[in-house]
Amino acid sequence: MDKLWIIIKREYLSRVTRKTFIIATILTPLAFVAFFVIVGFIFSYQSDDVKTIAVLDEGNILEGALKDQKNLYFKFETRDLETLRSKFEDTDYDAILQVPKVDNLMSKEFTVFYYSKGQPTLDIDIAIRDRVRDALREYKIKSLNINREQLDAINTSITLEPEPIEKGGQDASKLTSAIAAGAGMLMGFIMYMAVFIYGSMVMRSVMEEKTNRIVEVMVSSVKPFYMMLGKIIGVGAVGLTQVLIWAILIPLMLTIVQAVFGFDAQTSMPAGQVATQINPDDTQAMVALAMSEIGNINWWLILPLCILYFLGGYFLYSSLFAAIGASIGDDMGEAQALTIPITIPVVLAIYIMMQASQAPNSSLAVFSSIFPLFSPIVMPARLAFPIPAWQIVVSILLLLATSVFFVWLSGRIYRVGILLYGQKPTFKKFAKWVFYRD
Amino acid sequence: MDSILTLEEVSKTYENKIAVDQVSFSVPKAGIFGLLGPNGAGKTSLIRMITTITNVDSGRILLNGEPLNSRHPEAIGYMPEERGLYKKMKVGEQLTYLARLKGLSAQQAKDAIYYWLDRFEIKDWYDKKVDELSKGMQQKVQFIATVLHNPKLIILDEPFTGLDPINANLLKDEIENLRINGASIIFSTHRMEQVEEMCDNIVLINQGRNILEGNVTKIRQEYKQNRFQIDFAQAFQGQVPAGFTLLENKKNAWIVQAQPGSSSNALLSSLLAANAPIAAFNEILPTLNDIFIQAVEENNEVAAA
Repeated sequence: MDKLWIIIKREYLSRVTRKTFIIATILTPLAFVAFFVIVGFIFSYQSDDVKTIAVLDEGNILEGALKDQKNLYFKFETRDLETLRSKFEDTDYDAILQVPKVDNLMSKEFTVFYYSKGQPTLDIDIAIRDRVRDALREYKIKSLNINREQLDAINTSITLEPEPIEKGGQDASKLTSAIAAGAGMLMGFIMYMAVFIYGSMVMRSVMEEKTNRIVEVMVSSVKPFYMMLGKIIGVGAVGLTQVLIWAILIPLMLTIVQAVFGFDAQTSMPAGQVATQINPDDTQAMVALAMSEIGNINWWLILPLCILYFLGGYFLYSSLFAAIGASIGDDMGEAQALTIPITIPVVLAIYIMMQASQAPNSSLAVFSSIFPLFSPIVMPARLAFPIPAWQIVVSILLLLATSVFFVWLSGRIYRVGILLYGQKPTFKKFAKWVFYRD
Repeated sequence: MDSILTLEEVSKTYENKIAVDQVSFSVPKAGIFGLLGPNGAGKTSLIRMITTITNVDSGRILLNGEPLNSRHPEAIGYMPEERGLYKKMKVGEQLTYLARLKGLSAQQAKDAIYYWLDRFEIKDWYDKKVDELSKGMQQKVQFIATVLHNPKLIILDEPFTGLDPINANLLKDEIENLRINGASIIFSTHRMEQVEEMCDNIVLINQGRNILEGNVTKIRQEYKQNRFQIDFAQAFQGQVPAGFTLLENKKNAWIVQAQPGSSSNALLSSLLAANAPIAAFNEILPTLNDIFIQAVEENNEVAAA
């Protein structure tokens, strides 16, 4: 066990102290934040193309009021269209907007005319149509003598409020499912990344040791199984370190960026544009509700379970990566061919996970969160929902048993493969190696 | 004779190939022992079993009279033919790591590393990365890694390949020193002149079997073909004495083959009687190289028949 510890320490320290690790660990959140800053900047960017538009309000619908917008100015004209068009070059106008009389108040269609050189750009098109629509609506309400309150009451917003059947059961709010689904997806993706990034890190490192022939020296001191286990644990610890640093650095940097640039990266995203149409009070209430919902999720149960699933999934898959690394030399092509069967269940699990976060109690979700090749990715996505305890227990036990079995199995393949050179590895050979005597 | 290592009827089979077939031999304490054999003879399979990397299928291996167990790797130092070090690690860290895996404490490892770096006058390498070193330099580091933990049994697989004559000599002296300090050395090589020079005892493995074993001097005596070389001070035109056949008549030298029953004394006395101007008289002992080739060929013929 002393030796296992020595190996773990070397595997961990030799990576964590490497310049490339430090750079990648710091640069990744920086790149992430820079991406948000740039995207935020692009979305908050507004046209600096100033336009002045002459408005001919022939039916007096607009009542002299058309709100100016940044870079877009409206001027009401009393001269007629023909005069303006003939003298267009002498005016400062960039375009003429002709709003004709409303012939039929009951018509759902209305056309205004825009005279300019060239086409109106999309932002102008949207701005003008929005303004004219609002003005026409007011005009129609007045002209048709409609009661405004009644009209407003026609559009009703519906809330589906979930309530438990049993009295005193856990009362969920309308946001519970959305937040649970979000948290679940996040965990699923972290698992997916962990398996791929750190699993293939294990594989490459084993390949390097074999090509270097350092194994020949190592195996005369320690059993190959301990070499493999030490590497898996060491690299896993590196992964946890990196994820932890990111978990601290990314929110920290985002906060700093918000303070410095003065805009909220999130509301400037396209989704934010939708959100601005909601009443700001509603938004605040939603945030407060969301925060209390996040607080309501039983993190003390979910986080340890997630760590268990992380460990189970990581050991299960990275040991397979280690076995493959040991069986090949430095041929990345062969490595890719052999890793495909491993990546298929992981990719499948990701799709099932996305489905499961929408319908956490479908039979697909239940089966996949118990099946050990999928459960590390699918189950975390369901944990934030209320699910029967037996499913968690069965799933965890199966996962632990399977990962122990896979570590053992991979150890058997590793021990033979690491000392063999010039053999083309196949799954048939792997099966034979498992039963080799030492 | 006190043995550090004894193999008793050791066999190892891989899939359908018998790599080692009932091999027995023993390695005397504090000696240099040659493990010889053509490529693919089963030397590596044998070494892997001795170093506990693999287990025997049948038979026994005793180290100091005890069957091999999990504490024994710490008493063995093995330098494989294919050298390997972590390229990105510093020499000092690397040696510490390997020494710790052999059961040394951090302090013991440090002391041993400084002792050996000092001995090879390469103390300033401590903080150098391995891939900054030349191949020959890396080999020195590899050798230090093999002997750091003061092993009782040292197994060196082709230790001189890649070394220039000066460093090869340096290494030879160190091996001799280790032997004087009580270590037993197994030396696996194809370079027969080195075996002749350094080894006290050898075992010759062919096709997984032990085909020749024993003291180097005795083996050469056993394989001698009663040939003699006589160097003359000037050209000698005399007759070859009865009971001898002239194999080669060089400018000022004869190589003769003694027929059964004829002794070297008889040859000398008849030559002296003929007033031959003898400058030197030598028995030609076969080189280990010749013995190696002869033994392997004979063995292969027997195996093929």
